[in-house]
Amino acid sequence: MSQFFCLTKRNIKMFFKDKGMFFTSLITPIILLILYITFLGKVFNDSFVSNLPEGVEVSQKIISGMVSGELFSSLLAVSCVTVAFCSNLLMVQDKVNGAKKDFYISPIKKSKLAVSYYAGSFITTLIVSITAMLACFIYVGITGWFLSFADVLLILLDIILLTLFGTALSSVVNVFLSTNGQASAVGTVVSAGYGFICGAYMPISSFGIGLQRFLSFLPGTYGTCLIRSHALSGVFNELKNQNFPSDVIEKIKDSIDCNFYFFGNKVSHLAMYGILIGSIVLFIGIYILINYLRKRKQI
Amino acid sequence: MKNIIEISNLDKSFGDVQAVNNLSFKVKTGEFFAFLGENGAGKSTTISIMCGTLNKDKGTVIIDGKNIDDQMNEISKEIGVVFQSSVLDGVLTVKDNLMSRACLYGIMGENAKKRIDDLAQLLDFKDLLNRTFSKLSGGQRRRIDVARALLHKPKILILDEPTTGLDPQTRKTLWNVIEMYRKKENLTVFLTTHYMEEVTDADYVVILDKGKISAEGTPLDLKNKYTGDYILTYNVLESEVKKLNLPYEAIRDGFKIFINDNKIIRDLIINYPKIFEDFEIIKGKMDDVFLAVTGKKLKIGD
Repeated sequence: MSQFFCLTKRNIKMFFKDKGMFFTSLITPIILLILYITFLGKVFNDSFVSNLPEGVEVSQKIISGMVSGELFSSLLAVSCVTVAFCSNLLMVQDKVNGAKKDFYISPIKKSKLAVSYYAGSFITTLIVSITAMLACFIYVGITGWFLSFADVLLILLDIILLTLFGTALSSVVNVFLSTNGQASAVGTVVSAGYGFICGAYMPISSFGIGLQRFLSFLPGTYGTCLIRSHALSGVFNELKNQNFPSDVIEKIKDSIDCNFYFFGNKVSHLAMYGILIGSIVLFIGIYILINYLRKRKQI
Repeated sequence: MKNIIEISNLDKSFGDVQAVNNLSFKVKTGEFFAFLGENGAGKSTTISIMCGTLNKDKGTVIIDGKNIDDQMNEISKEIGVVFQSSVLDGVLTVKDNLMSRACLYGIMGENAKKRIDDLAQLLDFKDLLNRTFSKLSGGQRRRIDVARALLHKPKILILDEPTTGLDPQTRKTLWNVIEMYRKKENLTVFLTTHYMEEVTDADYVVILDKGKISAEGTPLDLKNKYTGDYILTYNVLESEVKKLNLPYEAIRDGFKIFINDNKIIRDLIINYPKIFEDFEIIKGKMDDVFLAVTGKKLKIGD
């Protein structure tokens, strides 16, 4: 067990000491932040205001709370997966640099090594995501805080689950990579593409119906929906308290993916958790199976 | 002396390429064993099989009385490897690197610190412990690589071209350390190298060519068998040398006379004292052995 902790510690250190790897993993969240600062924040702000029924007025604090909630839920949903992918590229880097060869000549079990990559990547992603969450909370606190203690705990739970999911998915993908070129290709595709497919840049509801249906098959989508729902739950409660029409609230929820539909059927939060946990178990199972089936061949 | 490595009828192919072909050899405990061969001769393949990182097709590999087929985990505790290029983590410090590798062998906490301190003393890198590994010079890195290989006090140290790219001074220092440790701990050293002068000190040499053994023996046996000795004699006239009826070539200030038999050399010196007033007897070199055995010159960097 202590061998496992030792290797996990090494993997975590490798991520934080490798400045290239660390900053690459933060590219997508940083791009997202820049997009929000430059124009997305304004777009969401205007979109929210223009969707309000005539004669209904909402305080600027609520609008800011809504926009900042969208920002931080998107940011966290993206970073949980992209940081996991980048940090988990260590398993590829170790293959390329020969460190894996060094591990394989030692008496350590291959399974222990595989789990240490998973654990190391999970912990590093969680550290980055929780740090991002705290920074987001400070920002939300400045612009308009509507979150309850339960919301905070649920967001934390969502981050943990989404990080477990991102790490499991990246483990299954990265285990097949063996060159730096492949690693950077995967890193680039995930960093560039995941923000779109999880609805971080634009809500999935604004996409075409075909794409929406396709994205409803991706488990990560439900993770984003959960974080966004919990990030904006306080704002919606506040709107309710101000006797805001519930059908309008539902429409807003639909438009920003707080409600999500699978072929027209609304997916409950419980079902979303089920899908997320199920996919984590599935991907970890696949990762274990791949490692089990792969024999000690040429490294 | 007991055999610590016994390899019998080892075969390994990659597609149509037969990398190792019915290879058999033995290494004695505490011996300095050298494995010579060009790129693709099968050296690294054999080492990879011995280390358990590559499956063999056929044959038996016994290391320290254990079979790699079912006791690889035990065997890996007895082997330390210095790879051709360093495999330690560039972004970590020397200490972090060694601590993380020590734990692979179950050496942790105070035990690990003590072992690293001992090795730092022995290999003289105490002042490097907190330096980032990638910032070290080639020679410093090599010392740390050797320390990593010795962390768990292995019985066999496998050196896969460990001195390639190092300057002569660093090479010498490294060899002094390995030699000292070998004698102190009765360590078996298994070396592959391109530097013939390193092989000269070996107890036993195996020359591989296309996966097969081309020649084997002590350096002296190989030199005697595959190369001739020669005498360099200085400040004599060519007409005098001609009288010997032996093959020769002119060198600066003298002549190089090729002779295969030590008895003939002794008789010549006795019978022709005027020709051999200022002379030296030179044994054949390992380069010549390699050339004679494989028909190829071993180039550095191959």
